[in-house]
Amino acid sequence: MDIFLQQTVNALALGGTYALLALGLAVVFSIMGLINFAHGELMTIAGYVLMYCGIAGVSFVVAVPLALMASVIAAVLMERIAFRPVRNGSGATMLVTSFAVAMILQVLFQNLISTRSQPVLLPAMLSDSVHIAGMVIGVNKLAAIIATVVMLVFLDWFMKHQKTGIAMRAAAEDFAVARLMGIRANTVIAGAFALSGLLAGVAAVLWVSQRASVDPLMGFMPVLKAFIAAILGGLGSLRGAVAGGFLLGFIEIYLSAFLPPEMQEFREPIGLGIVVLVLLFRPNGLIPSATLKAEKV
Amino acid sequence: MQPLLSAHDLHVSYGAVKAVRGVNFEIRQGEIVAFLGANGAGKSSIMNAITGLVPTSSGQVKFEGRDITGAAPETLAPSGLTLSPEGRRVFGTLSVADNLRMGAFALNDKAALETAYKRVYDLFPILLERKDQYAGTLSGGQQQMLAVGRALMSNPRVLLLDEPSLGLAPLIVDQIFDLILKLRDQGVTLLVVEQNVAKTLQVADRAYVLVNGAVVEQGKPAELTASGTMQDAYLGAN
Ligand SMILES: Nc1ncnc2c1ncn2[C@@H]1O[C@H](COP(=O)(O)OP(=O)(O)OP(=O)(O)O)[C@@H](O)[C@H]1O
Ligand SMILES: [Mg+2]
Repeated sequence: MDIFLQQTVNALALGGTYALLALGLAVVFSIMGLINFAHGELMTIAGYVLMYCGIAGVSFVVAVPLALMASVIAAVLMERIAFRPVRNGSGATMLVTSFAVAMILQVLFQNLISTRSQPVLLPAMLSDSVHIAGMVIGVNKLAAIIATVVMLVFLDWFMKHQKTGIAMRAAAEDFAVARLMGIRANTVIAGAFALSGLLAGVAAVLWVSQRASVDPLMGFMPVLKAFIAAILGGLGSLRGAVAGGFLLGFIEIYLSAFLPPEMQEFREPIGLGIVVLVLLFRPNGLIPSATLKAEKV
Repeated sequence: MQPLLSAHDLHVSYGAVKAVRGVNFEIRQGEIVAFLGANGAGKSSIMNAITGLVPTSSGQVKFEGRDITGAAPETLAPSGLTLSPEGRRVFGTLSVADNLRMGAFALNDKAALETAYKRVYDLFPILLERKDQYAGTLSGGQQQMLAVGRALMSNPRVLLLDEPSLGLAPLIVDQIFDLILKLRDQGVTLLVVEQNVAKTLQVADRAYVLVNGAVVEQGKPAELTASGTMQDAYLGAN
């Protein structure tokens, strides 16, 4: 039982990170119809800011907001420079553009920083652990769970009660009519990217906190997982992204904890098999986007 | 007097389909003008082109003497021109109150916002009753009221109504036509497309009759009913 609870905490920490990343993908997708594969590079940028701050002796408390700021600015610039010119292009055009952006950034990281993984100096406190209800929980895991909850509460409040957030939901449903209401297309899209940048930044801090290193391809795997999570939850649906992220985190952690050793090497395919199984029963995802569903009818 | 809203040689195409072919019109301050014509005559296309929902292929639209052809749609509502589009198109996943709030997006003054809410809730009390409900769960008629109410939230000086009474019960339809007259008294200039021709001709000052994307006749309601063009237009004759 103890080990089960322990693994549940791990699953919450990993699932939360996936949820934040999937949310970042979903916010942009719901408004622009773009799956931004360069989302991972926003993470990497935030990771490098943490690394340089560590080298420069900047305290972690200052480094984290700097890292978040960097990924937000990078996301807004990405939209302005790369995606705005292809805004009215097809989904495929935008997808290819996002791959190009991701690759260009990876090459830049490799050439300007290093091809190899770089250590990130973290506060010693993060590798401590605390005892709660008979469990030993890593401070970094606890921080991940708390940060995820804070972000989800903030995002829920923003989308429900802030004028810009409501406008983003309106634009996600009917972009043309949203503009007719006086909602500026550029503002809503830049806002979506800024939000996705913030989410990628927080996810990067959590990701780096578990690994204490950063490399040029750091963002690729987690964003691929987040993409799977977003599909699992229902592409374009924000609640779905959160549900999908957590479910994927649970699947991965439980499989690695409870699958017999001789089957561990099949962990990934079994995990994806479960995802496919869920999608067989719920083809539009766990919590499908209302808008996409409406379009199909 | 300079027209408030006008179009010169307006064309709208969807690929090979020519929906609007060289339409001219002038709408003056304080008028109620109707666009009449059979299904597919191009009425909605004209309204959507004015508000930038669909691109204009050629021609010019002027609002208050300013060329607004191809203007970004989001600039129009703040400058006093808006549309209640055909088929309601309310934001189904937003609450009724949030739909109205989006209608007043450009309005930042709190008092003005409250006045706008009050005006709409006074017109359609059911919307006040349902203000926290998702718009997608309203009945069709209630959604139509919401669409009209949402357009009113921006305090338009020119309001385009594309089939505002579609799907409404007869009593509410009368209410919509009363509303059109009331809005005119409040100084709003209206451009109306309606299936209910008889009622439309009762409230309109002037009307344009469209056939296959072109204006075949225009004038005061009495003149149009007398000429017989109207019947032809609705029977789809050329
Ligand atoms: N998005 C579109 N793509 C292709 N053709 C279109 C599109 N929208 C309208 N059309 C065509 O343009 C023509 C004019 O359509 P429009 O909607 O303007 O007519 P309408 O007068 O509003 O008709 P109704 O009374 O049925 O609403 C029609 O032949 C229609 O098929
Ligand atoms: Mg129409």
